[in-house]
Amino acid sequence: MRYHPHTPGDVRQMLDVCGVSSISDLFRSIPEKLRLPRGLDVPAAVDEVSLLAEFQRLAARNRTEHPPFVGAGAYAHHVPPAVDQLLLRGEFFTAYTPYQPEIAQGTLQALFEWQTFVTLLTGLEISNASMYDGASATAEAVLLATRSTGRSRVVVSAALHPEYRKVLATYLASTGDEIVTVPYGEDGRTDLAALSATVDDRTAAVVIGYPNFFGVVDALPEAAAIAHKAGALAVSATSEAVSLGLLQAPGALGADVAVGTLQSFGNGLSFGGPAPGFLAIREGLLRQMPGRVAGATIDRQGRRGFVLTLSTREQHIRREKATSNICTNAGLAALAATIHLSLLGKSGLAHLARLNHARGRQLRDAMKRAGFGQRFSGPTFNEAAFEVGDATAVVERLAHKGIAAGVPLSRWYPDDPRMKGALLSVATELHTPELIELFAQSVRG
Amino acid sequence: MANPTGWKPSMEKEAAGVDAGIVGLLGATRGLVMEEPLVFEQGSPGRIGVSLPPLPAGADAASELPAALLRGEIAGMPEMSELEVVRHFTRLSQWNWGIDTGFYPLGSCTMKYNPKSSEALARLPGFAGAHPLLPTSMSQGALELMWKLERALSEIAGFPASVMSPAAGAQGELVGLMMIRAYHVARGNPRHKVLIPDTAHGTNPASAAFNGYSTVQLPSGPDGRLHPETVAKAMDDDVAAIMITNPNTLGIFESHIAEIAEIVHARGGLVYGDGANFNALVGVARPGDMGFDVMQYNLHKTFATPHGGGGPGSGPVGVAECLVPFMPLPVVVKEGESYRLVTDPAERPQTVGKVREFWGNMGMFIRAWALIRELGPEGLRRVAELAVLNANYVRAELKGHYNLPYETDTLHEVVFDDKLQKEHGVTTMDVAKRLIDHGSHPPTVYFPLVVHGALMIEPTETESKETLDQFVAAMRAIAAEASADPEALKAAPQKPFRARLDETRAARKPVLRWTPGMKVE
Amino acid sequence: MNVPDDLKYTRDHEWARIQGNRITVGITDFAQDQLGDVVFVELPDVGDEVKKGETFGVVESTKAVSDLFAPVSGKVVEVNAPLVDAPETVNEDPYEEGWMIVIEASDPKELGELLDASAYRKFVEEEQE
Repeated sequence: MRYHPHTPGDVRQMLDVCGVSSISDLFRSIPEKLRLPRGLDVPAAVDEVSLLAEFQRLAARNRTEHPPFVGAGAYAHHVPPAVDQLLLRGEFFTAYTPYQPEIAQGTLQALFEWQTFVTLLTGLEISNASMYDGASATAEAVLLATRSTGRSRVVVSAALHPEYRKVLATYLASTGDEIVTVPYGEDGRTDLAALSATVDDRTAAVVIGYPNFFGVVDALPEAAAIAHKAGALAVSATSEAVSLGLLQAPGALGADVAVGTLQSFGNGLSFGGPAPGFLAIREGLLRQMPGRVAGATIDRQGRRGFVLTLSTREQHIRREKATSNICTNAGLAALAATIHLSLLGKSGLAHLARLNHARGRQLRDAMKRAGFGQRFSGPTFNEAAFEVGDATAVVERLAHKGIAAGVPLSRWYPDDPRMKGALLSVATELHTPELIELFAQSVRG
Repeated sequence: MANPTGWKPSMEKEAAGVDAGIVGLLGATRGLVMEEPLVFEQGSPGRIGVSLPPLPAGADAASELPAALLRGEIAGMPEMSELEVVRHFTRLSQWNWGIDTGFYPLGSCTMKYNPKSSEALARLPGFAGAHPLLPTSMSQGALELMWKLERALSEIAGFPASVMSPAAGAQGELVGLMMIRAYHVARGNPRHKVLIPDTAHGTNPASAAFNGYSTVQLPSGPDGRLHPETVAKAMDDDVAAIMITNPNTLGIFESHIAEIAEIVHARGGLVYGDGANFNALVGVARPGDMGFDVMQYNLHKTFATPHGGGGPGSGPVGVAECLVPFMPLPVVVKEGESYRLVTDPAERPQTVGKVREFWGNMGMFIRAWALIRELGPEGLRRVAELAVLNANYVRAELKGHYNLPYETDTLHEVVFDDKLQKEHGVTTMDVAKRLIDHGSHPPTVYFPLVVHGALMIEPTETESKETLDQFVAAMRAIAAEASADPEALKAAPQKPFRARLDETRAARKPVLRWTPGMKVE
Repeated sequence: MNVPDDLKYTRDHEWARIQGNRITVGITDFAQDQLGDVVFVELPDVGDEVKKGETFGVVESTKAVSDLFAPVSGKVVEVNAPLVDAPETVNEDPYEEGWMIVIEASDPKELGELLDASAYRKFVEEEQE
């Protein structure tokens, strides 16, 4: 076995040093009746040649020949090969949490750079070192809001990603905090009149998507103002982070907390995970922030270096009083995003965001020419909901052609008759104008 | 000439310290390592590191979106060529210690070798490019792999089913306690308390508290084990569960586990297993056979998915029959020859819900399944056997040089303390930092909390006898140095790119992001 | 270990300086030494009510966090606000500049339950064994 270096001679010598005659003697502290009297029932071992062949067969059963027109929280983007080649440096991917900062400066400085990128994108002052994903980051943002306001009610837009809302509901079922959902209007944006009527002095946070689940650029400034008037925090959630290269920063529009995922930068789809969740906050909320954070300091010789800091908020010290039980986060996925953002830089990010907006426009134009209007009238980024008649049938029909068409919104909004024929689809820089045209024609059938 | 780093030749001399020219016992020397500023502190206006398609003619976002919602280029973003970015991250990587660099005996973290083939497999376009919301007919490969891994994990730990979605071990713990709570609620009373031994990981009390439970800490006995009478005394009808790591964080097998489980079950409580130390048991014993009702796996520990500088992890959770109805969604099922995800609560009305967007960290599932396929049943058992052999070998070789606070048998890890070194004013932290000079990552220090000045060593099964011998030699040399020249130890580490860092300063005056003109001095 | 004779103490390592019913509170030299470098202090607001034995704030070092317990019940009438920006004062001068709050005691009987300097010294010695 290539991962197990022990020769029979090594084992013999080591057993002698341990003062036992066999390896099973080393397990004598496990009572006989608790030991497994048989081999595990898993398939027999394979060599590397067979392993590759087996996995290639499995991978080929996923149809990925065309970039998917599905977005809905995970986005196919071009990842420059430089990102992956750097990620594969073993010093990054085989390192652990930087508890010994002197020999983890690479990870720590990269996390510090990630934190800076997150603050630049969100327009907020502080970012942690990453979260599991956008959904749990949203739940953590709400918990932060309940701690800092001392209130226990959260108002959520129905146009926030349904998966984020489900995860939030699961987390809050444990804490007992209340969730109130406000509807969206014909423009696909959060219904501000309903929001205004719902937010009160018991409200800890108002959460809306930016852009929201329908790809619509939601009314963040107005929602934030409503939240602030009631003394609640405004939380924005972004799952297509490329949009932040074109859209005003959530912090500049009044968000106190911005969460989401930077999966769009440097991370593939990988069937939905891993992805680097992010959480950024205004300065005054620092002590309530969950998760690890890297900070700058100096070493004994006065040279700049980085450490994990403010760890007393965390579970390994504060235990049951910790701000969260989060421990491991999404370090390597965050590094991938950091590398990609460094490559993009100032003009590259602005260009990528504008290109995505333009592709979204091309998709909408092509669909319109094919006879499909938009479900919502509000402004969109690169994703939109289209009226296609029977969305589920369209998805099935295109699947036969190897095209992932999008998701029928009725899957998450079964009770809203307006969603019956709605198909949510996206176009990014990976979708050429020709492919977009082919897609629109295929939807028509 | 400008010298932005402020480097002077004399710095090398100052940094050289007492023995920088000496090769450490595991081969450490001072390599050629570069200073490297932040990405935000380099580059030049106008540079770019990507090549993207042009904007189509007539594209104008401002014609569709209100001006108040638009932004231009973001001030502060770097402007670098591809080579500058590649050098930057290459240099950063060189400041890091990884398993690929050398020995990494971080106790409780199971830093074993991460197979390169797994990385290649996870990058197959059919996996890396699979969207989570692909129609079921287009994602059969991913679903089949998930299903097979779920079956294998359940078999390996002895449970009827496993939840796959938790993003990391700590989230797996949350899920475990959510299910326990849901189970009790369904029986009419959520109960209020969770019992946790004093050797537990910090995530345990944090997870319990999150689910609204108050925790009762149980003292372990003089042998480092939890004893049935301690549990019996604390157990009542208000205890929802006990959380036990087995082997515990001292590396000691909780040999009374079956009896403890009986006591807890008799009063209607459940037994949670923290799977952080499962590497010691793979193929040898199964938590599901010992009375555990639920246990999280840490795929990045036992199943060698990369730790990635602190994640992403993956924390599937095995559950006993009584908790199956409460499993969060999705659940992967096989129907005939095809696979699908159960995502609709209508099919599982008692589900606790959902803890992560989509289905879990598929990227980690691929790597874990690859290792299980390559090892097979015998190889899996060999994991535990060799991990335990390696730890016991190190224990035998270091005993006498370091104080062993518990004489009890240990499995995959061993905990020493700094009692013998403290007589010379040398602490665990000093030992840890000196190990770096010799060319090893330090063990886990100051954990578990029941041992003052703990040094927790977990070599894992992938390390050779030669590496262990070099580590032992280094540890013995440090013990000798502690009595002969304690002051030299205090100055360690000498070899890394940075000397000891001022953590107090970082916490008192937090600098958590780059800002223009940032100075830390 | 510095344990001034003119102060009273709790078993949670707070000291109390009694001036009429104005009780100045801080943490002891032993406590700051055990914590290590203090990096953060969280204090109540003036006007808050505190109860004997219950937490009124938090003190954190890089490695540990500790709740602060009120030695007596009453109303907070003064808070050492500069500590928030200079937490190191707790290490440097725990009994003078490092004071934390002043409580207007509501129940003078509680004062009698505090330890004097020699009892506290003995308590610390026993706890360390």
